[in-house]
Amino acid sequence: MALFDKFNKLANDRAELFPTGLSPFETRIEEVYSPTEARIGGRRVLLAGTNNYLGLTFAPECIEAAHKAVEREGTGTTGSRMANGSYGGHYALEAELGDFYRCNSVIVFSTGYLASLGLIGTLAGAQDIILLDADCHASIYDACRLSGAQIIRFRHNDVADLERRLQRLRERTENTLIVVEGLYSMLGDRAPLAEIAAVKRRHGGYLVVDEAHSLGVLGEHGRGLSEEAGVAAEVDFVLGTFSKSLGAVGGFLASNHPESEFLRYASRPYIFTASPSPSVVASTRAALQLLRNRPQLRERLWANATQLYHQLRALGYQLGPEPSPVVATLLGSRQQAVAFWQGLLERNIYVNLVLPPAAPGGYTLVRCSVSAAHTPAQIDTICEAFADLRAMLKRSDTPDSHRG
Amino acid sequence: MMADYQQILDRLYTHLRPMAPQGTRLGEDTDLISEFGLDSVNVMDLLLEVEEDFDISVPLNLLADIRTPKDLARAIVRLLEAG
Repeated sequence: MALFDKFNKLANDRAELFPTGLSPFETRIEEVYSPTEARIGGRRVLLAGTNNYLGLTFAPECIEAAHKAVEREGTGTTGSRMANGSYGGHYALEAELGDFYRCNSVIVFSTGYLASLGLIGTLAGAQDIILLDADCHASIYDACRLSGAQIIRFRHNDVADLERRLQRLRERTENTLIVVEGLYSMLGDRAPLAEIAAVKRRHGGYLVVDEAHSLGVLGEHGRGLSEEAGVAAEVDFVLGTFSKSLGAVGGFLASNHPESEFLRYASRPYIFTASPSPSVVASTRAALQLLRNRPQLRERLWANATQLYHQLRALGYQLGPEPSPVVATLLGSRQQAVAFWQGLLERNIYVNLVLPPAAPGGYTLVRCSVSAAHTPAQIDTICEAFADLRAMLKRSDTPDSHRG
Repeated sequence: MMADYQQILDRLYTHLRPMAPQGTRLGEDTDLISEFGLDSVNVMDLLLEVEEDFDISVPLNLLADIRTPKDLARAIVRLLEAG
């Protein structure tokens, strides 16, 4: 097989699914007007697929902080923290996150993906075991492969399956990382974290919770599912990202294990890549302050999420198992999903199209992500477009059931 | 349980048959991906069923060497024998 032959299947799929050449996976956002509006294909579109949960990308405080930083410290750090030094903002952001999570050790990474690789890929080694939820994000799967550890997958959100697998490991649980997510990004469902923490208490192991989609979204103070489920003290490692609720880019690890500071010396995704730019760090710090000081953003977000979920359900759509700011509509064939996505765009609504294998369980789906910046009227507009397209789904062509 | 290769293979077939695309031949040397038409996620999901049936955990690391029912059955024999 020649070098490029492995792409033949991709090329065929692309030609078959997108005969006009306009692929939903190559969307060009021509101009951004606000956290909820942009121009796509020459038309003004309502954005409902951004992960911009708190709507902070245009917050004046964040923009001003980024401006000041770029003027004071320049456009980039041009190197890694270990070789080229850390800026004041890197340490300040780590201290502020440490205060927020009440953790002694916080390490900032250049992206959320790198934070996954940097923790899991470094901490677990060839003698160790990783037990991961089947629906974990690709970055976690990649991190597992990087680690060289034994990788064992358990059924999504199935605590009994996790427990059986821990029982089989017996004393090896002291070398085991259990990895779950706060809010799963495809169907918008939470992990049963209190039960998972209880299983960990019974059998041992270390618990990693990726709060990428739940930071700023769940918990009384917005710390995520660990806070909401009341088990923060039993979570050994929190992973998170700045690219969703905090409106920038970057990732972090928070832990109360003092040894996790050594990851700075051992983690290749920390050492061998450039550190976040001063403006990114500055806007992230400003956004974290807003997240902490404005709980009304979270209230607005949940009001919007609940409104969208219940209205789409009332229209007869099959959705993910529970209301959350990620609202997934399950569809039938891949062709139907593509046509549905295009139909929404023609009605000036931008959402995300997800096809297997990126979507779990062989589903095709369109995923809306809701923002605190959406107005109730905008949520209504999204629902009107969905109502318009309802006829496109014949009963026989919808999935029979969704997982609960 | 005795780790009998043929019995294990037969049990694997019961999991695989419902996943068979129409007209697909299923034998111990059938390539699960290129002939049987599974993708990498289908294979991992198949593994969840098989693991439950045999009460074992099959590390995903082994999947790189599992192309056929025979490969999977042999891996299960080894895991059962290792206890």
